[in-house]
Amino acid sequence: MPQNAVELNNLSFSRGSRTILNGINATITEGSVVAIMGPSGAGKTTILRLISGQLRPDGGSIRIFGRDIHQMNRSELFAFRRQIGVLLQNGALFTDLTVFENIATPVREHTGLPEALIRRLVMSKLNAVGLGGTENLMPHELSGGMARRIAFARAVALDPSLMLYDEPLTGLDPIAVSTVSRLIRETNDALGLTSIIVTHNVVQMQKLADYCIIIADREIAGAGHPKDLADSDNPKVRQFMNGEVDGPIPFRYQSEHQWSLTG
Amino acid sequence: MNASHFLSRLTDPIAAIGRCGQFLLRMIAGIRPGNRLAISSLQQTYLVGARSLVIIMICGFFVGMVLALQSVNALQSFGAEDQASLLVGKSLFRELGPVLTALLFAGRAGTAVTAEIGLMRATSQIDAMELMAIDPVHRIALPRFLAGLISMPLLAGMFNAMAILGSVVFAIGVIGLDPGIFWGKLQNSITFQEDFLQGVLKSVVFGSLVSLVAVYYGYTSKPTGAGVGTATTNTIVVSSVLVLIFDFILTSFFA
Ligand SMILES: Nc1ncnc2c1ncn2[C@@H]1O[C@H](COP(=O)(O)OP(=O)(O)OP(=O)(O)O)[C@@H](O)[C@H]1O
Ligand SMILES: [Mg+2]
Repeated sequence: MPQNAVELNNLSFSRGSRTILNGINATITEGSVVAIMGPSGAGKTTILRLISGQLRPDGGSIRIFGRDIHQMNRSELFAFRRQIGVLLQNGALFTDLTVFENIATPVREHTGLPEALIRRLVMSKLNAVGLGGTENLMPHELSGGMARRIAFARAVALDPSLMLYDEPLTGLDPIAVSTVSRLIRETNDALGLTSIIVTHNVVQMQKLADYCIIIADREIAGAGHPKDLADSDNPKVRQFMNGEVDGPIPFRYQSEHQWSLTG
Repeated sequence: MNASHFLSRLTDPIAAIGRCGQFLLRMIAGIRPGNRLAISSLQQTYLVGARSLVIIMICGFFVGMVLALQSVNALQSFGAEDQASLLVGKSLFRELGPVLTALLFAGRAGTAVTAEIGLMRATSQIDAMELMAIDPVHRIALPRFLAGLISMPLLAGMFNAMAILGSVVFAIGVIGLDPGIFWGKLQNSITFQEDFLQGVLKSVVFGSLVSLVAVYYGYTSKPTGAGVGTATTNTIVVSSVLVLIFDFILTSFFA
């Protein structure tokens, strides 16, 4: 029976006096692909940064494979992070290294593999993202979509058990969107990973995800199987899934001081 | 300006020194002697040294010519222009070599290192590294720091060599001093312990100051264009001030 890969217990987080997340509870079972959706600025990237231990919650806890990651010290956290692969929103390739060296960096650091094996491993990851032959290019010679796929190859290079993706599909052409979603799904199932994906792409998400969490207004507005969410009772969830302009989710940045034209 | 504002003006620099020191300890604590550190430090030494070599050679040559000109001018009124090379040598080895090299080094290599690391921060490369469980302080900051430490004495040596060449060209070639006397005085007046070692020690200290400041400001810069700009400015201002302060401290220590 599948275990819980990630548990968020009553998680809250603020920046200054602004509460970004408040009382988030969720469990993510091992082996599943979970999508986190929500309007821009809702705190999706923030949740990923909390899960990867880059940010500390102001309240509540996060358990990953049963361990509370915010109780660990720095070296324990570093050791633990070898199990976690992260694809950042902009890819964040090392600009002074070639594509090959970018993918090889985590492998060199954490395994004592001989150079020949590293080479084979890197090339197989590169072929998996359909970019074999680019190994000697520098990151500035890649298009945005290629860079994203290289960053993907780098993130899975060490075969992590948990993958976090921040908007992996944004800014890709339709073919690349399908390629990358299939890659996410196949990697997940082949390696028995758990994947958490932040995305705005409702259509792809419905095809890809086993479970979907929608965040709005600092809280979880809805969660469940993607098909059930589209005809949810919650008006916020319906508005988001169907992309409607009018509804309870405002388009504007929510600040303490709202300006109005009428004064 | 209210009292707390004024107080923070006083305490901010002290706090900054403390954080710099912590950063230094963090770098040192992470030293794992090995091939990778050696290779990346040497690569950085090559980059840093190659960046600064030409400007340091040119400046050294001109400083040497100016020194010769000024010494001959000043000594001529006593009829002692034979002693010019003594003045050139002492001031070069003890002061001008290490100090001017450090200032040029800060402007050329220090700012480049700050901007490079700051840009890595701004484009999340440092985050990505931490997420791969690689400590960016050891991987990025430490080799650049060590490179500064290694290259400063070498660059100061190059500066001195070019300056002596410049002074020779000017004093012997243009003014027409006797080459034998000029070289002889130079050799006799410079002592290994007082002049040479003092210069080397100074350049090692200045090198570590400049490169510590450079990696620290780069590493802690705000992840924006303006943040990287501010960090670069801070590097040059703070390291120049520190070099001059430490120059006084070290000189009074030797005297
Ligand atoms: N470094 C920061 N300092 C202060 N506030 C921040 C910072 N980063 C994010 N925020 C705030 O936190 C909130 C959540 O940001 P987050 O990046 O998590 O949004 P998001 O859901 O990922 O949005 P998007 O879909 O646009 O990427 C935003 O309102 C933003 O203003
Ligand atoms: Mg985001």
